[in-house]
Amino acid sequence: MSTGNMNLTLKVWRQKNNKAKGKLVDYKVSGISPDMSFLEMFDVLNEGLITKGDEPVVFDHDCREGICGMCSMFINGRPHGPKNAVTTCQLHMRSFKDGDTIVVEPWRAKAFPVIKDLTVNRSAFDRVIAAGGFISVNTGNAQDANSLPIPKARADAAFEAAACIGCGACVAACKNASAMLFVSAKISQLALLPQGQPERYKRVQNMVAQMDAEGFGSCTNTGACEAECPKGISLENIARMNRDYYSAKFVSEDEV
Amino acid sequence: MGSIANAFSSSIGKKLIMGITGLFLISFLIVHCFLNSFVFFDNTGVLFNEGAHFMSTNWIIRAMEVVLMLGLLMHIIQGARLTFQNQAARPEKYAYNNGNANSKWYSRSMGLLGTLLLIFLIVHLSQFWRVSRFTGIPTTDAAGNEDLYAVMKETFSNIWFVILYVLSMISLAYHLLHGFASAFQTMGWNHKKYTPMIKVIGVWFSILIPLIFAAMPVWIYLGL
Repeated sequence: MSTGNMNLTLKVWRQKNNKAKGKLVDYKVSGISPDMSFLEMFDVLNEGLITKGDEPVVFDHDCREGICGMCSMFINGRPHGPKNAVTTCQLHMRSFKDGDTIVVEPWRAKAFPVIKDLTVNRSAFDRVIAAGGFISVNTGNAQDANSLPIPKARADAAFEAAACIGCGACVAACKNASAMLFVSAKISQLALLPQGQPERYKRVQNMVAQMDAEGFGSCTNTGACEAECPKGISLENIARMNRDYYSAKFVSEDEV
Repeated sequence: MGSIANAFSSSIGKKLIMGITGLFLISFLIVHCFLNSFVFFDNTGVLFNEGAHFMSTNWIIRAMEVVLMLGLLMHIIQGARLTFQNQAARPEKYAYNNGNANSKWYSRSMGLLGTLLLIFLIVHLSQFWRVSRFTGIPTTDAAGNEDLYAVMKETFSNIWFVILYVLSMISLAYHLLHGFASAFQTMGWNHKKYTPMIKVIGVWFSILIPLIFAAMPVWIYLGL
């Protein structure tokens, strides 16, 4: 952990638009405080670029407190950088050393086309959700706490799946650019609870079909997604999705 | 019926085929390894040839041989298709990717390991399976069975074949090290009580079976 301010070399992916060919461009940043977040370091870089009259680096960000899922940089060969279970906005410069060279690239997947520089279009995830990641009931007023008994372990598993912020780090980390960790989390958070049951098997079929249509790869169980997920979503969700998918396709008599 | 056909063409269905055929091929490895272990117990080859004779004349085994070949073909074809499709899901590669930080190299190299095993299989099948099934073995052993053991001795008198077999079994070990537990996960069999057990069994299986196989050419080369 360094205490003084740092000077760093950045190799940042610059790409004008989706059609243009991109390349890594070298930048020097100096006087970086170890207490800055990675995105604040990029703000410093961009202020320098704007002062010089150059185009700033375009990157996604919103809440900067690790809960919105907007930030998305592939830092030194890993989504969200070298720390486990953090988003890029919660990655601090104390995780790097003075004089380091840092390579920053966008998420790379056919289903996530680059919009500009480090920003990719993740609306494929929205379309997967729209295909079935919801429940079609009027939930009405909040019910009595014990009117729907749910075992604690089950509620916890649903809650853990629901922690997914949809940032796409799983797709970025996977050698196959597979979205199965994301899709399985969005299926599991509903499949584990009573409200999700009526549409359970229709949901899994529609969401998997949309996932395939978007051009994501398939899962080869390398576990890279689970290791890189900022919210620690477990591979158990993928197994649950597979089970639900087989039940829907091979057991259920309903055709979707 | 449409739903079932459509299931197998989805990303999950394609993986299911890999898992089912993979587990089936694992069951074949157990039988193959058990019977071939006879070479360690009788250096005249009579015991081994007796086993080979049983395998080539029993009709259940012969029928399963067809199923095995179909399973193998499905595993290879589906594996190749998945590898290409998965590569196409990321048309532009990362300039710098630190894959070792989040996964094991062999879990990311199943296509490469599988290709090495396919090359080995072509050599292996032409050396033994083709000879015993089609071209025939002229010599017989003391018990009057076809002397497949003599073919083995002949093949493994060549050090290069011994080396090829040992290296191929290392590829098999790494292929299984990922494939064994991965097949269960794909089938959806992820369970708090059983998954840790499957992982341990998977590691032992991946080391022991290829080790016994690799010992055979070495054993015969050394004339033990």
